[in-house]
Amino acid sequence: MSDFALSRGNWLERGIGALRLGRANLNLRLGAGIVLAWALVALLAPWIAPFDPIAHNLPDKLQGPSLAYPFGTDNFGRDILSRVIYGARIDLQMGVIGVLFPFLIGTTIGSIAGYAGGWVDSVLMRLVDVVLAFPFLVLMLAIIAILGPGLYSFYIAMALVGWVSYARLVRAQVLVLKTSDFVTAARSLGFGRLRILFRHILPNCIAGSIVFSMSDVVLVVLSGSAISYLGLGVQPPTAEWGVMIAEGQNFITTAWWITTFPGLAIVFMALGFSLLADGLAERLGLRQR
Amino acid sequence: MNASLPLLDVKDLMVRFRAAGAGIPFTRPRYINAVNGVSLTVAPGETLGIVGESGCGKSTLGRAILNLVEFESGAVRFEGGEVSARDKAAIARLRGETAMIFQDPYGSLNPRIPIGEAIAEVLRVHRKVGADAVPARVAELLRLVGLTPDLAGRRPHQLSGGQCQRVGIARALAVEPRLIIADECVAALDVSIQAQILNLLMELQRRMNLALIFISHDLGVVRHLCRRVAVMYLGRIVELGPTEQVFSAPRHPYTRALLAAVPDIDPDRLLAPPQLGGEPPSPQDLPSGCPFHPRCPHAQTACARGNAPTLRATIPGDLRAGEVACHFDLPPDTQQGEDP
Repeated sequence: MSDFALSRGNWLERGIGALRLGRANLNLRLGAGIVLAWALVALLAPWIAPFDPIAHNLPDKLQGPSLAYPFGTDNFGRDILSRVIYGARIDLQMGVIGVLFPFLIGTTIGSIAGYAGGWVDSVLMRLVDVVLAFPFLVLMLAIIAILGPGLYSFYIAMALVGWVSYARLVRAQVLVLKTSDFVTAARSLGFGRLRILFRHILPNCIAGSIVFSMSDVVLVVLSGSAISYLGLGVQPPTAEWGVMIAEGQNFITTAWWITTFPGLAIVFMALGFSLLADGLAERLGLRQR
Repeated sequence: MNASLPLLDVKDLMVRFRAAGAGIPFTRPRYINAVNGVSLTVAPGETLGIVGESGCGKSTLGRAILNLVEFESGAVRFEGGEVSARDKAAIARLRGETAMIFQDPYGSLNPRIPIGEAIAEVLRVHRKVGADAVPARVAELLRLVGLTPDLAGRRPHQLSGGQCQRVGIARALAVEPRLIIADECVAALDVSIQAQILNLLMELQRRMNLALIFISHDLGVVRHLCRRVAVMYLGRIVELGPTEQVFSAPRHPYTRALLAAVPDIDPDRLLAPPQLGGEPPSPQDLPSGCPFHPRCPHAQTACARGNAPTLRATIPGDLRAGEVACHFDLPPDTQQGEDP
């Protein structure tokens, strides 16, 4: 289908084309820029970080921002800038993997529930209700506590809890499209159920989920940091922003830079994905200005 | 195949939907009877028009015939074989022999799929031609409906409504059907485009010996296109017969009212005063007796009692002259002799 590059119907082509041609709105450009910048930082961390993020250097401990240490050092003398740079690797990975699996699981379950209807729909939606009945973080913590602390436990917990929003979102749109004329037309032409669902319904309702997933990245990164802060996620001495804030809180009155810079990093990554989500929604025509 | 056997034979078809807001526990669910015991036959290559006001169940009837909505009772036989929702093989056979054309030319095409691909998909699903012959067949079908093959890469929103409707027809033809049901297929188009699409349909219908069920509220179009016509009111056929017969000498009071309501293009001729007062009754609770009696100018006390009148031959013993569902033999209506 690549020879139809001029057409504007496909969201993927439109999204990519918009980025390339610079026709995008400001939100989309800013958001994509920030996210891309973080991705570069994460990718190039070994080359751009001035110091080792883990090795202790006690003679230089607790130094304020200076030319040698732009973001200062922590109580072990580790360069905060280097740790923030290395932290981008973990936090970006958390954001992407922590959203990818809920997205895939939720989209599949939601579309099956919406398209099959009947008791299948009832069973799956009651399952959603059960998950939603618990507060998000409490359920996450419970699952991680059972599995044991660590990044993989976090991903598994995220996949078990996070899919419900995608399932509801996709189900609602599948329900609308199920009775649309082009789906009835596909049925009248004798197309199979799987073909109708995956080729005709899903591509037309996935855009909303993609936009939601961008803003969901924010939530995942924040909860990942929160869980690391509580000691159940990434373990020290690994550089992760939530861990860094947790470690720095004892020095908050004497060495503000230890907690402030990783905090700002979280804010800026969240901002990037929020803007990207907003811009994408506008670009895909999901939201009127 | 026996030549006298109808292509499509519909018997006592009944479709009902659960009324919105129903489903309160321990109450009886309320139903809307959209199609209420319709019987009709279509011979191979025949054109049948189905007319009636909005909400009379004509679209639902078309969809029920093709098993796109489930029917409550009754039977649909296609080429002699019964088609029911449980019989997957029968449905698959039906899908290979029938097609539908929809009202909304844009809505009936997947907005993300280029039109050439949309036609090719039908060919592949039905294995009509080998994989290497698909592009050629797509081009052929596009030309057949009066489009140039270089439009194949366009998506529906890049085409006009008339072009999209042609694509819809091309997709229907890709199946190589014996029966096409066209549901208000020109209602959303400009009048000039309507004529083009209708002419295309007529030409294709004759050339390929298609049977066509043409559902429309536009009496003029139906008169132009169809050999036979069925008039529906509240889910029932009230009059069925050769188009000229029904239009020039309508026997059912509803048909008369419908024809009288057709506006004339001549501005000097005043519109006939409306013969029908009010709205049709809610299909949720149909009137007793003849469903038309609350609005019928000829209604008598007997009309409100008993069952709804069933179709009977207007000339006893001769079904071909037309059938009417009315207790009375109304005197021929002289006013109706002229063109609507």
